[in-house]
Amino acid sequence: MIQSFADYVVYNLFGLDESSRFGVALNFFLYDSIKIILLLFFISLVMGIINAYFPIEKLRNYLSSHKLYGLDYFLAALFGGITPFCSCSSVPLFIGFVRGGIPLGVTLTFLIASPLVSEIAVAMFLGTFGLKVTLIYIISGTLLSMIGGFILGKMRLEKYLSNWVKEAQIQSNLQSEEWKAEKTPFLKRLPTIARESWGIVKGVLIYIVIGIGIGATMHGYVPENFFERFLSAENWWGVPLAVLLAVPMYANAAGIVPIVEVFVAKGIPLGTAIAFMMSIIGLSIPEATMLKKVMTWRLIGIFFGVVSLLIILSGYLFNFFFTS
Amino acid sequence: MEIKVLGPGCTKCKTTFKAIEKVIKKNNLDVKLTKVEDIMEIMKYNIMATPAVVVDEEIKIKGKVPNENEIKNLLGL
Repeated sequence: MIQSFADYVVYNLFGLDESSRFGVALNFFLYDSIKIILLLFFISLVMGIINAYFPIEKLRNYLSSHKLYGLDYFLAALFGGITPFCSCSSVPLFIGFVRGGIPLGVTLTFLIASPLVSEIAVAMFLGTFGLKVTLIYIISGTLLSMIGGFILGKMRLEKYLSNWVKEAQIQSNLQSEEWKAEKTPFLKRLPTIARESWGIVKGVLIYIVIGIGIGATMHGYVPENFFERFLSAENWWGVPLAVLLAVPMYANAAGIVPIVEVFVAKGIPLGTAIAFMMSIIGLSIPEATMLKKVMTWRLIGIFFGVVSLLIILSGYLFNFFFTS
Repeated sequence: MEIKVLGPGCTKCKTTFKAIEKVIKKNNLDVKLTKVEDIMEIMKYNIMATPAVVVDEEIKIKGKVPNENEIKNLLGL
């Protein structure tokens, strides 16, 4: 349906030739943009509905009042993915968890998963790479957050939190406020949720369009197997190099995925590409500066180091499974 | 009446502040509107999602940008 719409607009409305390079590129661009925007809206809507019924306060109260023997890591990763992420929310969330008496490891799991598995990342992956790669990304992102949080939790890093956070930790449990369920019926809440989903789409629209635009252009002009020479699966340093390049980069997930898709089409191994995207999406300098308010540099360094190492490991793992 | 918009300075927080400011000006209300960006100050309100809107020291909205109707409700219009 979207395809026929794109065909109609490009070939009939604009009157471009179906065999012209520009026509094909424009068609691809239009088709991909519409598909991804619809996907993003729909996924945000689903996540918004889940969020309306299980807000983050509820999860916090649940985690702090139950002993879960490891399941808490899973829940933290899961909810990290569902909760809409904004890097400026990470600090209040962090403090909220710490105050609730939730272990540091579980809190960090949430902090890793939140940007890594987001509605934007899922929609972009689904739209550009298809279902299989998306599932691999979601599952490995969730596992990585759980393992990362678990390892960091075992390292006894509480002493590297900022002083005022330590104080907050001591006062924990004192103010476990009661969570009030909203009584508004579902149908009345739906318009608000839909409006917020549209807000998410609107916020990243420009990045989606630019990313797909660059991707569509590159497809036509970068020679086949162009990147293979530099970053093939046989080069052991391919994955760490990709991660090293990506951590300081701060690109919107929306913009980077369509571009990386071209890299994969032109010969970069999928594992290297996934590792690259995970580091871009999951770790960034702006996030580090936000975290500085609650952590010492040392803890931020350990946090980024452990997560980077895990991303490198999963990159190798994917390359191993997808090339053999 | 005193209204505080809590948020460490992200786009959503600024949008919230501007939206409330607009309604106040339009209706010529006598409301003290301030922005709270200091994280220690924000955390005193024990919220987990920003932006949040505090009306006379009571948290009314958290984690979302309110629409015009919600703002009017807050202001008692």
